[in-house]
Amino acid sequence: MDKTVGDLATAVAGIRDGMTVMIGGFGGAGAPIELIHALIDRFRATGHPHDLTVINNNAGNGHVGLAALIEAGMVKKLICSFPRSADPVVFTELYQAGKIDLELVPQGTLAERIRAGGAGIPAFYTPTSYGTDLALGKPVAEFDGRPYVQERWLKADVALVKAETADPQGNLTYRAAARNFNPLMCMAAAETVVQARRIVPAGDIDPESVVTPGIFVQKVVEVPKPQQEEDLNRANAVYPGAVS
Amino acid sequence: MTAKLTNNQIAWRAAQDIADGAYVNLGIGFPEKVAQYQPPGREAIFHTENGILNFGEAPPQGEEDWDLINAGKRPVTLKPGASFFHHADSFAMVRGGHLDVAILGAYEVAENGDLANWSTGPKGVPAVGGAMDLVHGAKRVAVITDHVTKDGKPKLLKRCTLPLTGVGCVTRVYTSLAVIDIESGRFVLREKLPDLSLDELQAATGAELLVAGAVTDLIVPEL
Repeated sequence: MDKTVGDLATAVAGIRDGMTVMIGGFGGAGAPIELIHALIDRFRATGHPHDLTVINNNAGNGHVGLAALIEAGMVKKLICSFPRSADPVVFTELYQAGKIDLELVPQGTLAERIRAGGAGIPAFYTPTSYGTDLALGKPVAEFDGRPYVQERWLKADVALVKAETADPQGNLTYRAAARNFNPLMCMAAAETVVQARRIVPAGDIDPESVVTPGIFVQKVVEVPKPQQEEDLNRANAVYPGAVS
Repeated sequence: MTAKLTNNQIAWRAAQDIADGAYVNLGIGFPEKVAQYQPPGREAIFHTENGILNFGEAPPQGEEDWDLINAGKRPVTLKPGASFFHHADSFAMVRGGHLDVAILGAYEVAENGDLANWSTGPKGVPAVGGAMDLVHGAKRVAVITDHVTKDGKPKLLKRCTLPLTGVGCVTRVYTSLAVIDIESGRFVLREKLPDLSLDELQAATGAELLVAGAVTDLIVPEL
């Protein structure tokens, strides 16, 4: 079994117009910048994919990564918990112009909806958001005397994920707090595409240390020196532009 | 209005109530200051929503690791015994009743324990982050805040006017003037600045302050 693909363009080739795409990361930590940029490259060359629904915790920062994907006009809807950042101008301007839809989801509910999608649980109840505007229209039920809000699973056509180490079977480890939403998104997408800093032979990752088992992963591409959103933003990078 | 506590002093007072070994989540911004003022001999374990337990202070400039950040997306360091976990586990810690204390900022707090701290209304881009999750599940949900707004209006009210973060969730409020518990839908005064009369404090508060038992002086070092 070999899930490795040779280049980024092949890795993201399965994303088509109108698809729902989960993108890992919390801010820049765990954000698969190179996979996102490869998708932008394809859009600039072919006009596709567009009208994407993107699921991420945030709405991008500066003019690289997710912000660049939004700036390119490829995203029609964003599902996230916190669409603010140090430099949120790209999303903010489109949102205020009514050119992008936003579904705001509390962060823990976002995580659990993605987990539920991957685990085959269509809905669940949570205390989060009870009595607030974000619970409007959602069923409420009482359990052991407390009210809870029903939330539905989230699934995606494709997940773009950043890992530290992968093997050809798709087993993954992550680095520090770059883990965040990535393992959950691997579970919740029909096709999970991973950029890993290094790909090692099967057996080199201690089974005790595997965080995402390969069953949740379909494609792996090696990106030995991944760019970090914070470094790019400190250099005022714009994609496509000065960064390669 | 007489003198009031600075944000650092409010954070100091809140830190005095955190037990050794407590698992604690501090909201982004002002609440992060609480970590600086742990009493000697006590060490809380801090949780951040993005998947770290037992993180420490910011690293020296130039030594930032951007995979090692807190919920405010600021770089942190690790303490011995730190651990990483994914977002679903992180919020299981939050909602599952495993955190001892969550300390949050506030736009408004009501005497029934309602909190408004995520939205000032329909203008701008709405953002909620983990606030609505954090107010459910921690054994104690405390708020640190100036007692009044920048315009001098009460932030402690009978009912919140801004969009709610959570219903009936706050149990203690540390303000620039007082320490107030919320019990059975009432503000119960515990401590106030020594030079402040009860009438003055009541005038700055948007709901009745109940005095049940001793009110002690709120004494905080210069910081």
